[in-house]
Amino acid sequence: MNLLNLFRADGTFSHGGIHPVDHKEQTAGKAIRRLPFAPRVVVPLSQHKGAPARPIVHVGQEVVRGEPIAEADGHVSVPMHAPATGRVSAIELWPTAEGPKSPAIVIDVYQASSQEVLFGDEVDVDSLTRKDIVQAVKDAGLVGLGGAAFPSHVKMQPPGNLPIHTLLVNGCECEPYLTCDHRVMLEQTDALLRGVRLMMRATGAVQALIGVEDNKMDAVGAISDRLAEGDMVSVHAVQARYPQGAEKMLVEALLDRQIPEGGLPADLGVVVYNVGTLAQIGELLPRGRGLIERVITVSGPGVRKPGNYLVPLGTPVSFLLEQAQADETANEVILGGPMMGMTVASLDVPITKGVSGIVVYAQGDADQSRRQVYPCIKCSRCVEACPMHLNPSMLGQLARKRDYATMAADYHLDQCFECGCCAYVCPSNIPLTQYFRIAKAINREQTALAG
Amino acid sequence: MFSNKPVEIRTAPHLKRPQTVDVIMRNVVYALLPIVAFSVYQFGISALALVLTTTAVAMATEQLFSSLSGRGNTLKDWSVVITGILLALTLPPGFPLWMAAVAAFVAVALGKSLFGGLGFNVMNPALIGRAFVQAAFPVAITTWTPAFAPGRFSEFIPSTFTLPFMQPVPVDAWIEALNIDGFTGATPLALQKFQHINIDTFHLMFGNIEGSAGEASSLLILAGGLYLAARRMLDWRIPFGVLAGAALVATPLWLVDDHLFPSPFFVWFSGGLMLGAWFMASDMVASPVTARGALIYGGLIGVLTVVIRLFGGLPEGVMYAILLANAASPLIASWTQPRVYGEQGRERSATRAGSTGGAS
Repeated sequence: MNLLNLFRADGTFSHGGIHPVDHKEQTAGKAIRRLPFAPRVVVPLSQHKGAPARPIVHVGQEVVRGEPIAEADGHVSVPMHAPATGRVSAIELWPTAEGPKSPAIVIDVYQASSQEVLFGDEVDVDSLTRKDIVQAVKDAGLVGLGGAAFPSHVKMQPPGNLPIHTLLVNGCECEPYLTCDHRVMLEQTDALLRGVRLMMRATGAVQALIGVEDNKMDAVGAISDRLAEGDMVSVHAVQARYPQGAEKMLVEALLDRQIPEGGLPADLGVVVYNVGTLAQIGELLPRGRGLIERVITVSGPGVRKPGNYLVPLGTPVSFLLEQAQADETANEVILGGPMMGMTVASLDVPITKGVSGIVVYAQGDADQSRRQVYPCIKCSRCVEACPMHLNPSMLGQLARKRDYATMAADYHLDQCFECGCCAYVCPSNIPLTQYFRIAKAINREQTALAG
Repeated sequence: MFSNKPVEIRTAPHLKRPQTVDVIMRNVVYALLPIVAFSVYQFGISALALVLTTTAVAMATEQLFSSLSGRGNTLKDWSVVITGILLALTLPPGFPLWMAAVAAFVAVALGKSLFGGLGFNVMNPALIGRAFVQAAFPVAITTWTPAFAPGRFSEFIPSTFTLPFMQPVPVDAWIEALNIDGFTGATPLALQKFQHINIDTFHLMFGNIEGSAGEASSLLILAGGLYLAARRMLDWRIPFGVLAGAALVATPLWLVDDHLFPSPFFVWFSGGLMLGAWFMASDMVASPVTARGALIYGGLIGVLTVVIRLFGGLPEGVMYAILLANAASPLIASWTQPRVYGEQGRERSATRAGSTGGAS
């Protein structure tokens, strides 16, 4: 351990990062509440990374809450379950947060139904083999609930059969406004630890480290209260510093090691899961159920009733806004947090598995005012802020010249995970992250064309 | 109610730190104002006329070229005001105003606008202007007048109002009439270099010396610089590197012969080193963006300054040291590109793979 660690109260990553105002006080103290069912829910077939699911219902069919309505198509894919009891009214193109319309199963919800989950049988999880657990996670339709939406079962079997010895549990929740993981850690602690132990068994990990930012010490306390002496599961407070919750940053904070460029955590014998995902595994697997709802933080200056809500998947954003009493002038809605989340183009967009929060801005909020862009003055703040230790200043100048190839070849553009720190600190208001997103997209297209 | 409402689309990040370029530049101006005030207190209304002239001409030049090149109003980013003030602080207080105007025009036109304005200049514009007049008017730029002259608030130094394209009025008779004890007409640096007379550092700090308008208030410069560094508007590594680099060369020489060579304290507090280190070397645009690069760049300036002062033909070397380091800045930056996250892991996993015979 190096000497500097003696002066740091908590683990953290080695370079960069920012401390934006976190605005979490609006919702951190609010217990998870269930919202009513929307009159119509929309289940996109592609709400995870990988191949879209294949529908196994037809238009006009009645579905029961929790019933599988689409099956996984291949290994990197997950099934979908009906989030509400009702009737399939259409399988058609529907707007998504990403922009283009994509196929979705539309269910008209029976308002008179009790919405009891009648589907799924109790499972004795202690008797499950490693393979059974992987299959059960896949059957439950689980994906990374922190926002990545990568199918959870895929990470349980790393490529090349790399041995896993450590499970890292991500409870950082470093995005401003979001508090859903915080509430899950406080209110679903047992399910979370059940999920952690199941995951350790399934991956062969001999230890599990839960990383929580030190602005959530009550969650650290709640978890450590339930840990036995000498437990192989441990909880660690890490510095509250954005983007502590990024996979690469958390690995460095907890293990003091870096994931090799272009590599996976599995290269270090590590696998990383979000607390929300593991809590759902701990909740769903013993009951043999699928993922049909999730906890979402609805917050921001544009809502009058911010809170942490248990929301059926497929609920339209517009319905959530009504429930949270959004301001009538609300005109910008971000899915996820304000640093990395995307604004929706249409309020008809449904909540999907990877949405951890909704941040609403109303007209005239300072955060959305347009700003004058100055030339880069090479002040080096972006270089200091970049957690990947890139040179955003140089990358930005190259992007202006549209020299996207050099950006990737000489300045590690592909290591950028678009955390937004550079654009956040830039005194010239240069949209650096936005430039890099475009550059990466164009490079991908070029590669595809060449290939 | 919200179903068909049109919404704004923007791309992340949606949050922004409010400290923008104009705020930073304005604060640099604030940090410079006490230094200007002290120089006026020290040298009187001539120093005031000097700083007003350079700032006004610099601003006018900026506006002229900005409108010619269609960049609109760039005065509101405040950067040209810094150039104007800094330039005045590097000139002798009795410098003819028309020459100061030439310097300010050259500083902004050749040093900044030619390259494309803010953010694109290769070297510090104020120093470009000073280098130009140093070559063009070698006598006027080394004509020093006494500090704290009586009547300095009511009377201009005679050379101030030299007519354009005329030789400056000689100030010798005027200085003699002031009848100030101990006035030598030479800066402490020149005295040290050519006559090996060391002025007490105390005098250097409190300005009872001859020199450029902004040379004599090291403590105010330090205060202003520390204020900017504390607000993260200035990279502390650059002045730190300059002072460390200067001490690194000066200390061993001084230890060898303290009569021939000045003490490191003298080196720090004499001439333009403090002003250069905190306000000119730290020009963000012309310095490397990497942390290691900033230290190397600062150190280079410090070393070059002392080498020029002690072994070159000139008593003062800060200006050329900074201009040279500005020129080297892109090279330093390319040598010191940050070490990307994951390189550490790559090396470690390489050694790990090596130790296990490269399994997998």
